[in-house]
Amino acid sequence: MPRKSLVARLRKGFIPLAAAASAPLFFAQNASANWISTEHGGSPNADAIHSLYLILMITGLVVFFLVEGLLVYTLWKFRAGRGHEAQQIHGNTKLEIGWTGGAAVLVIILAVVSFFKLGEIRDPPNSDASGYKTTTIAKDPGTNQKIPPDGKAMHIIITAFQYGWRFTYDDGDPSTPNVYAYRDLYAPTNTTVLLDITSQDVIHSWWVPQLGGKFDAVQGFHNWTWFKIPASKAGSVFRGQCAELCGRNHANMTLSVHALSPADFTKWLADKQAQLEQAKVEGAKQRAVVDAGETLK
Amino acid sequence: MAAADVTTKTTEPTLPRVPLLTTHSVERELTGWRAWVLTTDHKKIGIMYIVTALIFFVLGGTEALLIRLQLGAPDNTLLDPATYNAMFTMHGTTMVFLFVIPIMAGFGNYFAPLQIGARDMAFPKLNGLSYWFYVCGGVVFYSSLFFGAPEAAWTSYAPLSDDAYTPGFGTDAWIFLVHLTGISSLVGAINFVVTIANMRAPGMGWGRMPIFVWTILIYSVMLIVALPVIAVAATLLLTDRHFGTHFYDASAGGDPMLWQHLFWFFGHPEVYIMIIPGFGMISEVLPVFSRKPLFGYKAVAAATASIAFLGTLVWAHHMFTTPSPTAVLVFFMIGSFLIGIPTGVKLFNWIFTLYAGAIEFKTPLLFAVGFLSMFLIGGISGIILATFPIDWELHDSYFVVAHFHYVLVGGAMFSITSGLYYWYPKMTGRMMSESLGKWSFWFMFVGFNTTFLIQHSLGLDGMPRRIYEYGDIGHWGTYNLISTIGSFILAFGLLLSMINAYISLKRGPIAGPDPWRANTLEWFIPSPPPVNNFDVVPRVRSVEPLKDIRQEVAARSQTVEATPSATASA
Ligand code: HEM
Ligand SMILES: [Cu+2]
Ligand SMILES: [Cu+2]
Repeated sequence: MPRKSLVARLRKGFIPLAAAASAPLFFAQNASANWISTEHGGSPNADAIHSLYLILMITGLVVFFLVEGLLVYTLWKFRAGRGHEAQQIHGNTKLEIGWTGGAAVLVIILAVVSFFKLGEIRDPPNSDASGYKTTTIAKDPGTNQKIPPDGKAMHIIITAFQYGWRFTYDDGDPSTPNVYAYRDLYAPTNTTVLLDITSQDVIHSWWVPQLGGKFDAVQGFHNWTWFKIPASKAGSVFRGQCAELCGRNHANMTLSVHALSPADFTKWLADKQAQLEQAKVEGAKQRAVVDAGETLK
Repeated sequence: MAAADVTTKTTEPTLPRVPLLTTHSVERELTGWRAWVLTTDHKKIGIMYIVTALIFFVLGGTEALLIRLQLGAPDNTLLDPATYNAMFTMHGTTMVFLFVIPIMAGFGNYFAPLQIGARDMAFPKLNGLSYWFYVCGGVVFYSSLFFGAPEAAWTSYAPLSDDAYTPGFGTDAWIFLVHLTGISSLVGAINFVVTIANMRAPGMGWGRMPIFVWTILIYSVMLIVALPVIAVAATLLLTDRHFGTHFYDASAGGDPMLWQHLFWFFGHPEVYIMIIPGFGMISEVLPVFSRKPLFGYKAVAAATASIAFLGTLVWAHHMFTTPSPTAVLVFFMIGSFLIGIPTGVKLFNWIFTLYAGAIEFKTPLLFAVGFLSMFLIGGISGIILATFPIDWELHDSYFVVAHFHYVLVGGAMFSITSGLYYWYPKMTGRMMSESLGKWSFWFMFVGFNTTFLIQHSLGLDGMPRRIYEYGDIGHWGTYNLISTIGSFILAFGLLLSMINAYISLKRGPIAGPDPWRANTLEWFIPSPPPVNNFDVVPRVRSVEPLKDIRQEVAARSQTVEATPSATASA
């Protein structure tokens, strides 16, 4: 029976194949640019996506080599002109039930592993004690919002528009104005930052590859995600870009996330606040001039 | 087997399953161009479908090459953003609505009736209508090139596709294309279902129907399920654009998510509509060239049906990054994983069809094997993308572009090419050149993988899709250059096959009725078949009626090789 010898052959081949398939893992660890696995390193959710991706990719590579190997072997072994006759086999119920079951088991395992990893990717952790001071986050019912166990985080509202990003730092205190910025998002390290993403026109998509997955900005909806940059990354800049076609300038709807140590971030925020105050004072002065019926210089 | 049962005259009263044709008058046969334009012959309509679809394929391919040229280097300025957006919108729309779906209708038109032993489709005039609706859809769509091309991608997401953000004729042309090709496919699909249900040869129960006919049936049912939904969605978009409604406009209480749900409720079945007839072609080609029956006929038919069923339940796996609750994401992830099971089953059935066979490496087989090896890659990357936490990272990146091209080019297009080489002799009476075919295969295989394998890496390295330019980031420049070079190798390979098809029309060796020693009824009659297809319809006793006939003839004449209707072809 050719079938038996084949199964044995597959079994023998499995270990070297698995080894070959996991070789890219080692490259992935060293490569600076990513060609074999997802970008990561800026936030635990991106790291968890990366490790889940590796599990699926290696499983996929093993399947790939097994099936492709079987195919190539079959093509070679049973090519015409070697003096054999085609065997008139119509099927084999046992074998067919076998690979249906095998595929089902594999798929179930992958699903279980994914659910196992889901929490790490979806649910924000607490900020570290050394992080920037956080505020209690209000529940946003009817959305996919997830809040850290201690209920506290930094809250940034992201409003996407054609073609840019507005970041509003919600300090939880309605009596003081919120600091806001365009295109460049400054964020403290060791701090869980919750992002509340929406759009004021067409659909856009928030994506900073090293800080985790992308989340669509849709007018009328709030889409929540988070990141938490480790202290070692203070000073880094993470590149990001709109990932949903939003019009002619979609390609240029870029953004940067600048990681600052909590101390530097405090300084940056104070600077911004001062600038806002300054602008308010300037504005009031100018308004006074206009109100007095004079023209602005 | 009783010798007298091998063939049976249709005029015998013992054949109630073949409807008797009556006519009120006999029309003179048309000649010249009118023979084509006014025809209701399923074979002519099939050829017109195939040729028209190939013309659109050349247009869509040209757009693809322009896209690739623009992306060949960082900060390239070959195309401006408006043109670039128009190019990928037209490329995607053309490939889906004007190439793959209609060319499958073309092969179905030509071969489904022949394979079931019918003399035409059930409604020949509707069949012509369906073709002309398709042509109108294509013409309306391409006319937009002169009035302002669509720019909102083949998915036309609202509110980007709304008049506030994309004014002008382009998106309207897209909507009309959806309606016109939709009517075409709907009419065609009903025609297929009726034909297949009612006009099968005596003895051909459901369990003896060729797999290609099964897949055309399932393709038709899926079209009937999915098309009305996109028709509604596009109509709502039309009224939003021109008649003051706000179905998709959040600023006026509408819901942009509604478009995505409606679109993908059609759009996901659509990708199976594109690939399932390809499954059918592969299931015809592999047994013929390995000289073995299809391994697990019932399993393959059942797996196809369950893929189609599950395929209507997973649409929101295109929406993992939208604001949706986790429970929804989990449901659509599990559904998508489940599709992996019947798909895996089919892949193994196909490989085991080859196993222990006597494989002849003719061009159709090469393309079929190319299909197997690349569809596998698309399937694996599909499972990775169906894992929604991973899709959060990879959605709308070049990883996705790579994934669906492995399915659509490596899958659908390679199966179409395989089918073309396989059935060309039947349609034209001549063989295509084997050596040119093999060259074409290798250029296409190498070119395809060069173009699209590296795009996985581009996506992993963070490049979003649908961007007309990019800076000098990471390895994007190098990867994109490799991909662009690959696309021209692929295009050259395709060109070889087109040249092959063209020159073989006049110069190819005469094929005879059954050049491949195949198994299904279309090979029972001369190549090309006469207008009425069958003078006698054989009684079908298995899935491989022609093999039975060949064996019977061989048994009677004591020769190994036999061509049953050789006299008819001369
Ligand atoms: C001939 C070789 C082909 C090449 C080089 C090619 C290249 C491309 C590229 C580079 C894109 C991405 C454009 C972007 O996101 O900016 C794209 C998109 C697409 N391609 Fe192809 N393609 C080819 C064949 C096909 C075929 C045969 C099909 C379908 C059967 C197809 C279907 C699509 C679709 C649906 C899109 C999405 C369009 C959109 O984003 O709206 N392509 N193609
Ligand atoms: Cu965008
Ligand atoms: Cu889908």
